Order: sequence, then structure tokens, then C-alpha cells
Amino acid sequence: MSTATLAKSEYEQENRSWYKRNEISITPWLFMAPAILFFMVYVIIPIFQSFEISLFEWDGLGAREYIGTDNYVELWDDPAFYTSLRNNLIWLILYLLAIPAGLFIALFLNQTVVGIRLYKSLFFFPFVISQVVVGLVFTWFYDPTFGLFNTVIGWVGLGPINVLGDPTYVTYGIIAAGLWPQTAYCMILYLTGLNAVDPEQIEAARLDGAKGWKMLWYVVVPQLKPATFIAFVVTIIGALRSFDLISVMTNGGPFGESRVLSFYMFEVALSEYGFRMGYGAAIAVVLFLIMLFFIAYFLYSMYRDERGR
Amino acid sequence: MFPTPIQKTPRSWQITYQSFLPIALIMWLLPLIAVAIFSVKPEGDFSAGEYWSLPSTFGGWENYGKVFFQSDMPRYLLNSLLITVPTAIGAVALACMAGFALGIYRFKLNLWIFFLFVAGNFVPFQILMVPVRDLTLDLGLYNTKTGLVLFHIAFQTGFCTLFMRNFIKGLPFPLIEAARVEGIAEWRIFVYIVLPLMKPAIAALCVLIFTFIWNDYFWAIVLTQGVESQPVTAGITSFNAQFRAAYHLMSAGAIVAALPPVAIFFLMQKHFIAGLTLGAVK
Repeated sequence: MSTATLAKSEYEQENRSWYKRNEISITPWLFMAPAILFFMVYVIIPIFQSFEISLFEWDGLGAREYIGTDNYVELWDDPAFYTSLRNNLIWLILYLLAIPAGLFIALFLNQTVVGIRLYKSLFFFPFVISQVVVGLVFTWFYDPTFGLFNTVIGWVGLGPINVLGDPTYVTYGIIAAGLWPQTAYCMILYLTGLNAVDPEQIEAARLDGAKGWKMLWYVVVPQLKPATFIAFVVTIIGALRSFDLISVMTNGGPFGESRVLSFYMFEVALSEYGFRMGYGAAIAVVLFLIMLFFIAYFLYSMYRDERGR
Repeated sequence: MFPTPIQKTPRSWQITYQSFLPIALIMWLLPLIAVAIFSVKPEGDFSAGEYWSLPSTFGGWENYGKVFFQSDMPRYLLNSLLITVPTAIGAVALACMAGFALGIYRFKLNLWIFFLFVAGNFVPFQILMVPVRDLTLDLGLYNTKTGLVLFHIAFQTGFCTLFMRNFIKGLPFPLIEAARVEGIAEWRIFVYIVLPLMKPAIAALCVLIFTFIWNDYFWAIVLTQGVESQPVTAGITSFNAQFRAAYHLMSAGAIVAALPPVAIFFLMQKHFIAGLTLGAVK
């Protein structure tokens, strides 16, 4: 009995010391294991699976048929694909307006007066609300018969314009709705950034006679660089991910003129246009490659930052 | 501080600024204010074409009553809650551990794994859609809250790990070294030293994830259908199909759907903003 216990504790000792010796190198992997597992199964592996599925004709249920790059060849001649691509580009460019607009509002609110904290949080409001609700609200806002938008432009003798029913205006109308919460987000980023601006530098610049735009451009904006970088990242991603607003406000219409790649992909794979999983995956791959360009840039910036630490 | 502090400007400008603030706010929130007013107008106002008049009588009780007692809204709200809370707990728990590993230990693949999480967090959802939907079907979790929760946990872990790792990097490292010299086991360092210091980060992430997931629409329509499992964002769109022209009910429904994240934001404002603006100041 006593020898057995001894042996056991010796074994434990041994075992423990092996673990102890390697504790520092093993522990991080134990801690990361669940997160890596989840992330692999649901995020990383599906990316590669999508690449694979894009080479098949598949309705999501039956057998897959390997068709090589046929889906991509079809995409090449698909006018709806080019409409989506063009709209993605418009989104990408116009969505960036959220950055200067956010900076402008942040500067406007960067004062210490009574109740300013409440003002700041109320200005941030649109970001906290679901895009689905924002979409509904803006659909009414644009309504040609009673919408606020047409009521207001009616006062100056314009309209009515059926923003969401007109192929020329529809994408711009949706982007305007998207800019509302996005500007709020950029505003919060800049308000935080402005808090950290060095007052001594401002004072020094003021003594040198800088003010207004010059002060803003040469002294304040450079100090806001981290905020601008994050605003840029979230805005680009937001623009390329735009889906909810389009789905809620127009469902891609009229005549598919408000589609973007993310929406067109969904339409092809899961909606009335039939269950073409392979074709949908091919569209998703194109969108992913566009995003990859930005992701690589973001990661490179972060890498430089890490090196600098 | 930039621009010039208002206190140092002429009196007239101070008054202009003070009076312009509320006007700017009203203009900024005009669509929302309109919806709030819609939601308390009686039905009769709309059929009479009185969209922009003030409510002729207060119809708020009736409108909100209908939303709560004669529609599926309460069920959707409950679903949202049952999806959002487990997701927040799960994602934050995984990220605390992964963030600890990536923030404290030096090993060869550290930066690569970190970047894997960051990059995964940026991908467009559509590249995941078909395989994830397929996987969920295979697991028998299609159209269940569990299926949605599992995916959300996995995806949010990317952002949460980024956040946690950067937060932990900012903690004083000598504290950990000192504990090691004392011979404290690594997992104890995590539980008794690092975890208590992470409380503000945990609060920030819980609030953010709650809001993100509550507001999610895409995955709700990809992985679920029907009233048993869909969250309120998907619910409000089917509500829309049902009550298309009943603006008073739709407005009340929209406000009910938007309220929980708004309430959380106001209660936890400091944490919420700290979470969103991570890295915006250096």
C-alpha cells in the first residue's frame, strides 16, 4: 500500500515536473484552443470551402457537379454583376464621406457647455440602432406621398421624387441612410481623439498665428491619425458589407439597380433566383478578394505598429 | 483643445452656439423623432391623411398594446435575448483566454495567430454564408437559436480577441513576472491576477457584443426562419410585410425593437464608447 502510494506520488511528481518544465510553452495553447477551434470551424475553413464550392454547380441539397471555372465565366458576362460591382464602388467612395462629416460634428460638439455630454450621446444614437430599423425609418423618410424628405423639398418647390423607386437615385438614397449611423461612429472616434490632442501644441501653434483651417489641417488632424485610421478601416468594411439596408429598403430594386455584390450573392444563393450555391460562392469570392486587398493593407499597418512597439 | 473654447469667444457667438445645438440635434434625429411621433398617433390620423400633424389624441397605449399583446413581437424579443446573452458570454469568455495567451506569452506563432483573428473578423459575411449554412444544416441546428449562437460566438471571437489582446498588452507586465517568481501556476495567474484587471474590458465587450448581435440581421435570415427562432430584426421585417400601411403599429414595433440596445448604451455609455474607440487614441 505504502509503496503504491509512493509510486503514485512519484509518478505525479514526474508528471508534474514535465508539465512544470513546459508550463510556459504549453499554457498559451491550452488557453487559445477553444477560440481557435471555434474560429477555424466557423470562419477560416468556410472561406476555403467557398472557394471550392464556387467551382461547382450546386443547389444546396442534391449532388454537386464540378464545372471548373464556368461560374466565373458566367459572371464575366452577367450584367447584374457589373451593376453590383459599380454600386459597390459608389458605396466605397461615398461612404468615406462619413469620415470628414464625423470630424466636422466632433469639432462642433467639442466644447464644454451645460448638457454637452447628453448632446454627444444623442448624436451617437443612430449607430446604436439596428440597420433594419434605420432602413425602415428611411423608407418612410423617402416615401413619395407623405415622406419627410418630399415634404421638405416640396417647400422649396421641388419634387416629389420617389428616391427608392428611381434607378438613378436609389443607390444614393440608400447610401445616405447608411451614412447616418456611420457618421455617428466616426464622430465618436474623433471626439475621443480630440480629447487626447495635446493642448500645449495647440497653444504653441496659436502663438505662431495659426488658426481655423490651418490649425485644423497642420496641427489637429495629424494628431488625430490613429482615429482617422480606425475610421477608415470601419468605414471601408462597412461599405463592402452593406446588406441590411439594401435588403430592407429596396430588396435590390428597382430593376436590380440597387444591388451590391453582397446582396446579389444572397439573392442568387438563397432567394427567388433559385438556389445557385456555386454561382453565389463565386460572387462571394470576388467580394472577398476585393476585401482582401484592404485586409492586407490593414494588417500591414498593424504589423508596422507592432514592430514599432 | 480645438476649436477655441466657447468660453473665450464673444458673448454673441456663445449664444448662437447654445441655441444652435438643439436645432442641430433635432435635424440630426429628425427621422427618429418622426417615428416616435408616428408611434403615438391614433390610426385615424393616418387614414385621414394627417401624417405630419401632431397626434389628434394620444394613441400610444393602443399602438404599443397591440404590439405587445396582439403580435409576435414579444416572442421575437425573447428570441433576441436568448440569442444575444449566450453569445456575449461565450465570445467574451473565449476571447479572455485567447487574449491572455496572445498578450502575455511570447511564442513563435503569436503574431500570426493574432492576425488570423483580426483578418477573419474583417471578411465579408457572404464568403462564409454557404458553408456555414451547410454546416448548420448538417449539425441539425438550422432554424434553432443554438445554431445562431454558435456561429455568432465563433465570429465575434475574432473582434473580442483583438480587443482583449490589446488590452492585456497594456497591463503592467512586471505584475505577472512577480507572480511567476513566486511560483504561482500559470492558470492561477490568469484567474487571480489578470482576470480581475480585465473587468472594464469585459464590461465593454459584453455591451458591444450585445448590441452587435441584437442588431444582426443577415445571419438571422440565413440561419433561421419563422417565429420560433428568429430575432427581432428579422421579426420586424415580417411585421413590415404584415402591417405595411399600418404606420402607427410599425413605428411602435420599430421603437420596441430598437430600445434594448439603446437602453444598454445609455446605462453603460462609458464602457460602450471605450470599446468602440479602442486604438483611436495613442
